[in-house]
Amino acid sequence: MSARDLFTLTNRHFKTSVGITAAIFVVTAIVGFIVLPFAQPWVQFANVWDAICSAAGVPQRSAAAAAQAQDKRLSEVVLTSHTLSRPNQEAIGRGATLAQRCAICHGPTGISRADSPNLAGQYAAVIYKELHDFRSGARTNAVMSPFATGLTDQEMGDLALYYAFLPRLPAYHPTPQLPKPNIVIYGAPMRGIAPCGSCHGSLDNKVGSPWLEGQSEAYMKAQLRAFAGGDRRNDISQQMRNIARAMTPQEIDEAAAYYASQPPDIVKAVD
Amino acid sequence: MLANRKLVLAHFWLAFAVFGVALTLGAWQMFIRSPLGTWLSNPELYYRSLTAHGTVMGYVFPTLVAMGFGYAISESALEQRLVGVRWAWAGFWLIVGGSIMAMIPVALGRASVLYTFYPPLIGSPFYYVGVVLVVVGSWIWVALMSINLRVWKGANPGKPVPLAMFANVAGSYLWAWTAVGAALELLLQIIPVAVGLKATIDAGLARVFFSWTLHAIVYFWLVPTYIAYYAIVPRAIGGRVYSDTMARIAFILFLVVAMPIGMHHTFGDPQVGAGFKFVHSAFTALVALPTLLTVFTICASVEIAARLRGGHGLFGWMRALPWDNPMMLALAFSFVMLGFGGAGGLINMSYQLDSSIHNTQWITGHFHLIFGGAIVIMYFAIAYDLWPHLTGREFVDLRLIRTQLWLWFIGMIITTFPWHWVGILGMPRRMAYFDFADPAIAPQALSVTFSAIGGFTLLTSGILFLVILARGMRSPAVEAGAYRFSLAVHQPATVPLALNTHALWVALMIGLTITNYGYPILTLALTEGTSVPAVYVGAQ
Ligand code: HEC
Ligand code: HEC
Ligand code: HEM
Ligand SMILES: [Cu+2]
Repeated sequence: MSARDLFTLTNRHFKTSVGITAAIFVVTAIVGFIVLPFAQPWVQFANVWDAICSAAGVPQRSAAAAAQAQDKRLSEVVLTSHTLSRPNQEAIGRGATLAQRCAICHGPTGISRADSPNLAGQYAAVIYKELHDFRSGARTNAVMSPFATGLTDQEMGDLALYYAFLPRLPAYHPTPQLPKPNIVIYGAPMRGIAPCGSCHGSLDNKVGSPWLEGQSEAYMKAQLRAFAGGDRRNDISQQMRNIARAMTPQEIDEAAAYYASQPPDIVKAVD
Repeated sequence: MLANRKLVLAHFWLAFAVFGVALTLGAWQMFIRSPLGTWLSNPELYYRSLTAHGTVMGYVFPTLVAMGFGYAISESALEQRLVGVRWAWAGFWLIVGGSIMAMIPVALGRASVLYTFYPPLIGSPFYYVGVVLVVVGSWIWVALMSINLRVWKGANPGKPVPLAMFANVAGSYLWAWTAVGAALELLLQIIPVAVGLKATIDAGLARVFFSWTLHAIVYFWLVPTYIAYYAIVPRAIGGRVYSDTMARIAFILFLVVAMPIGMHHTFGDPQVGAGFKFVHSAFTALVALPTLLTVFTICASVEIAARLRGGHGLFGWMRALPWDNPMMLALAFSFVMLGFGGAGGLINMSYQLDSSIHNTQWITGHFHLIFGGAIVIMYFAIAYDLWPHLTGREFVDLRLIRTQLWLWFIGMIITTFPWHWVGILGMPRRMAYFDFADPAIAPQALSVTFSAIGGFTLLTSGILFLVILARGMRSPAVEAGAYRFSLAVHQPATVPLALNTHALWVALMIGLTITNYGYPILTLALTEGTSVPAVYVGAQ
């Protein structure tokens, strides 16, 4: 007895088993690739081949699905965990020079004295992305946008690395540390809100989420409201809009006040 | 004749030790998700635990049981010393090393990707390499099973391969080919991204590869249980296997139709064509055949035992069964759970019904009932049956064993029935905690509490199981005799070539994989622009 006896048409078991398997395959294939596609009255196929291709999942562009024209600009930035992950001294130096024109608003040490956001020690990918969005118009602000329009990609990268390199200093007007509100600790599972720290740094950092500790309260409130109302829509895949929309006004106030009151070194633990 | 007892014992002890740890994590997860526990301030801890629990329960524990049992079958059914003992130990140590390597990053929170890997989520490379080592260790076992059978055939030309060994080797081939899908996903897609060679990954293709493994792996888990049904239970209760041929056909069918049907796990995925989903569903329906065959054959075998013991009547014979025998009890519990679990499975495999329970707690309830219940209770039975032959000592307290089995059965029902129910109500799976104060899910609080209580019952039963095994190592010595498997009513003198070898069925299995997976994998692999940026766990 050997494989030769097994795989021959004289072997009854071979004939039957291969025959039955092939028959089942052919029948199911005919049903799955021809009968069922045509059984859907809402789809029109030019011919049988068209139906087969559709059922097989052959990639094709259908005219009907052409991208709808977008009335508002969305972010064009693609971030990966490797974006700007390798700082170098030269780039930081160039960034320091460029940053002089930002100092009036964002502070000479990257810590703002008004309600412009602090940038010192912010993740490089975040700064790069926000600048890019200001330039492309995905994010707009009458005060800030003009300063981004003239920047090249290279300059934005240099500025990002420079600010990321700066030490995280205490806020200009430190307030007493507030206890964590529930919306920050647990999020709100029923409304699809994950704990803020699972993206923003204290538990984990998801690429593109800024760290918030010590940031201006008025600024954060304004941003959360802008996300909720749809005035700010540069967050990729609506990551932050989905959250802000589901937050109550009170939760927005609590979260902003909490983060504003935190010393900036608190996130260092996970960096 | 069990010459390499240490080898088998090492596999079983490691299997049950990691099972004990993962079980404790499972009970903790249950508690955290239920209204009894307080929410975690860091949900990441839940996913760490879930990754460890799923990886151990899904990959390490059943693989070790199948391997240990396989070595025992090879030596006792073939009555031949194991060939390649050193290789077997090498495989064992690969699994030990791989498990440790995988669990360290999980414990550190660097690989909370869940046992299904979830690309584009990417964890520490050590986790994936550890999983690969576990699989490689098990492939050594596959090779050894094949080699041992070949050696035996050389010495016994033309003789029917004993059923237990025939099934065991079928299971090992099924596993060898099943694991290829996840291995390809890990080696070609995930590990290059995890070590930083690439920053993007085709998540859709990865899911297709994973579905290749995900479905058939459950039949690999199932094979030791089915071997126990056929080869242990009838002997243990004083009966005979109703039909040796039916048994062989059941295992053969698992090889052919269990493998190329995994796309029912991608019903909701847009990257797979509907035609292929249909073909896979049709073959999925066929996989009910070997199970129905088995249920029929085993019921008939049990009836034979009952009638031999003087049972009579249309159903009256059931009273004559040896209900105080742990094997009988385990079989009955296993069948009940298989029945309910199988009914649930019919719902999962139906495209339209599946969409209402997809990714809900129904799924976790379902596989705990089938896997944790019907399958694992027979793993317990296998251990109880083999233990005296491995340790040379007998179990003195059968009552304790029965209590353990009862607790597992009751615990599993209490855990999984409400678990299914909240799934139908729409509760999503893989969530760290739920806000039961919200009126939308407040009514589910009671069901989830029951599940948690069932979970603690299971934990109790699991601990009891380990205690029984440990005490079994120190009880009075006995001469357990040679380890034997059930005989058939008509013990075959010759078996047709096709039912005595695996080649034809392996060829059909591979052929169907090519027809059912070839095109989807090729198009996804060759289409440009289907990759997305990886998301690194804990990276920043
Ligand atoms: C005239 C004041 C002003 C100047 C000068 C200015 N910014 Fe801004 N910047 C702002 C304000 C105000 C915002 C907040 C915009 C908003 O509310 O949407 C902002 C926002 C930003 C943000 C987004 C921060 C976040 O966390 O989302 C970045 C990054 C930034 N600026 C970088 C720069 C850089 C780099 C320069 C110099 C090239 C610069 N800014 C110059 C006022 C200024
Ligand atoms: C799923 C991840 C995620 C979670 C959870 C999350 N955020 Fe965000 N958040 C983001 C991302 C991403 C951005 C940046 C969006 C952009 O401009 O691209 C952002 C931006 C913000 C900003 C604007 C910061 C700035 O400097 O521009 C605030 C304020 C904020 N989030 C607050 C919160 C609060 C409060 C919570 C918890 C209730 C929260 N976020 C939860 C992802 C998240
Ligand atoms: C006995 C064998 C068991 C096996 C084989 C097993 C297997 C698994 C697997 C593979 C997962 C999926 C992990 C994932 O989604 O990534 C899982 C999840 C889970 N298991 Fe188990 N398990 C067993 C016992 C238990 C027990 C006894 C309990 C409870 C006490 C339990 C509780 C859980 C919970 C709560 C989840 C997570 C469900 C979710 O959040 O989606 N398991 N189990
Ligand atoms: Cu499946």
